[in-house]
Amino acid sequence: MRRLALALALVAAPAFAVEPDEILDDPALETRARDISAGLRCPVCRNENIDDSNAGVARDLRLYVRERLVAGDSDAEVVQAVVDRYGEYVLLSPDASGANLVLWLAAPVLLLVAGGVAVVSIRRRAKGPEDRLSEEEEARLRDILDR
Amino acid sequence: MLVELGHFALILGFVTAIVQMVVPMVGAQKGWRAWMAVAEPAATAQFLCTGFAFAALTVAFVTSDFSVALVVANSHSLKPMIYKISGVWGNHEGSLLLWLLILSGFGAAAAWFGGNLPERLRARVLSVQGAIGVAFFAFMLFTSNPFLRVEVPPFDGRDLNPLLQDPGLAFHPPFLYLGYVGLSMAFSFAVAALIEGRVDAAWARWVRPWTLAAWLFLTIGIALGSWWAYYELGWGGFWFWDPVENASFMPWLFAAALLHSAIVTEKREALKSWTVLLAIIAFSFSLLGTFIVRSGVLTSVHAFANDPERGVFILAILAVFTGGALTLYAARAHAMEAKGVFGLLSRESALVANNVLLAVAALVVFVGTVWPLVAEMAFGRVLSVGPPFFDAAFTPFFVALGVLLPFGTLFAWKRATGARVARQLWPAALLAASAALLGYALGSGRSALGPLGLALGAWVIGGALVDIWSRTGRGAPAARLKRLARVPRADWGRALAHGGLGVTIIGIAGLLAWEREDIRVAQIGDSWQIGRYEVTLDAVRETEGPNYLTTMADMTLRADGAEIATLHPEKRFYPVAGMPTTEAGIDGGLWRDLYVVIGEEQDGGGWAVRSHVKPMANWIWGGAILMALGGGLSLTDRRLRVAAGARRAAPSAVAAQ
Repeated sequence: MRRLALALALVAAPAFAVEPDEILDDPALETRARDISAGLRCPVCRNENIDDSNAGVARDLRLYVRERLVAGDSDAEVVQAVVDRYGEYVLLSPDASGANLVLWLAAPVLLLVAGGVAVVSIRRRAKGPEDRLSEEEEARLRDILDR
Repeated sequence: MLVELGHFALILGFVTAIVQMVVPMVGAQKGWRAWMAVAEPAATAQFLCTGFAFAALTVAFVTSDFSVALVVANSHSLKPMIYKISGVWGNHEGSLLLWLLILSGFGAAAAWFGGNLPERLRARVLSVQGAIGVAFFAFMLFTSNPFLRVEVPPFDGRDLNPLLQDPGLAFHPPFLYLGYVGLSMAFSFAVAALIEGRVDAAWARWVRPWTLAAWLFLTIGIALGSWWAYYELGWGGFWFWDPVENASFMPWLFAAALLHSAIVTEKREALKSWTVLLAIIAFSFSLLGTFIVRSGVLTSVHAFANDPERGVFILAILAVFTGGALTLYAARAHAMEAKGVFGLLSRESALVANNVLLAVAALVVFVGTVWPLVAEMAFGRVLSVGPPFFDAAFTPFFVALGVLLPFGTLFAWKRATGARVARQLWPAALLAASAALLGYALGSGRSALGPLGLALGAWVIGGALVDIWSRTGRGAPAARLKRLARVPRADWGRALAHGGLGVTIIGIAGLLAWEREDIRVAQIGDSWQIGRYEVTLDAVRETEGPNYLTTMADMTLRADGAEIATLHPEKRFYPVAGMPTTEAGIDGGLWRDLYVVIGEEQDGGGWAVRSHVKPMANWIWGGAILMALGGGLSLTDRRLRVAAGARRAAPSAVAAQ
């Protein structure tokens, strides 16, 4: 019974991320395929790229990417072909167009603002009021010195 | 019976928390000492009630009481004992109970060890802590009661998610929660200080150890989670920028920032209102993390915790506490007048730079995490934000932090001399340069990442060494070496934690730059080469574990002809949950891990096998352990000991400066 369960499980078990039979013979092409895969999201998974995913559609996409590469497409063309099929959802690194500029500019803008505020307030404080005595304190000082 | 008693204890805890929220606050406002004094027994009672409820639930899990719905859904009689216990918090209801237990535990600790605190401040802190408790008790009792019974108990349970049946993940949630909830203390202190309208050095000294403890636990929790992902998910990644990971990483970043800004507030009475704001934000992000995990609003691999309705409740809690605290802050922040004056080149400025970088980095992670949600709701664009974005947007901040860190630790307060610090730091620069050369010589890396990462890590470690050496004063090296033992533990802790960061940087850079991979179909008896290692697939057999079936391979690992290890990668199947998992076979080492995974049996015979050489992998978690140790060492320092808050008049307080 248990054996049977195991056998069934093995049949039903998901595949194995990048599989041996998918790998291209040309190492340069394979490296490019990997780089492209790392930026493509498996459409049915939760936050996994197609290289790490065990889903069937991820395998199809991996094969498709390699097919296009072998056919001589450039990296950008391959990515575009996948996006045309599945939408920008598959891009793990969203393109910097339209509203996405907010996302991409968040880091530099926030840093400039925070850094600016910090520098200005430190500057102001560096020559802050504590360096000088208030009128009251001056008066007291004179009073003491005169005595 | 015990289960009903647990349920009752939970309700009693709820009532106690209401009392703890209301009575001491009124007492503090009116100056009624008897009312203020209610805080301590209330906090103790709340802790005892929650502890009893937690114990009752644990007993139900340990004895496999399948009349309790939660036990049915998350346990199984065949499960090993450790996972019966960890099953208590391996689900929504139980993890909330753990959250509450830790929350009331922190509250009770503040009540017991807070004897030195000013009476009013203590009453207010405990009252705010009680208010957080009220919210979470209500959340549990009204939406997520763990003590519900089933009408017809089944013969056996449905088992815990197999991914969670793992030693690394058994202890991952408790540590994370200790961190999340630990930040509630900083929050309570911040709100209490805002109500008082007073923030001084003593207040900061009180906040620091709690924040340090919370940060330390978060560090351990995140490291455990990352380590688990490394060996369990089967492809050896250590960080995926998953929304749930980000949810724990953002409070960690803010806690680190708070830790550093509180130093300035304590030593120099500056940055007061910023520190208070940071304390509020840090805990808000803990709540936000809870919201992200519990609501499932952002799809992620941690989706076993999804439930939108509960998400709304947590969102309400988040809105009330964050909104309330920020309103209070807006009304009162101006009352906190800064005293310290410092120049642009000073320890204070360096710590401000640290805060700017950490806070902005955390906000960038936040923007990236919620962007898919915003883009879909506001612009109708369904998109993803994944690792390539976070790597690009986040890494520069940590590089900048690493570069500046050694300067910051050596700058003097108020006004530093750049030339002097540069003179002190040349050994660290030399170390960094030689590390870069070494990295370059190792070559074969895909980019400049390897050499630069090694250099940065070595720079940070070298800076930490110079830092601790500079604490030994002047004189002959032998005399200074002797004095090393008398350097305060807080200084050792700081150097250790900073050094740990350098170690982690080296680990990440080494792993990313020099990883090797081999994917193939191997027949039984086949051998293949990866790097300088030879791997042989000796056998594949099928066996049984306590509650799973497994396909286990035996592989021999040889280096230069000599056998160094036997590895047993597994593919498990948990029949009750109907889920497969992978267990990688790992030969760990200081300089590299050898990592093998067994895949499918192929149609034409043989097995799919993946093998990786992962250089410096253990440095990633080793660095995290060092950071946590550094935090722990600092906590044991006399000056910072949790109960030492009121010793503010002691002259020894500034000795190390």
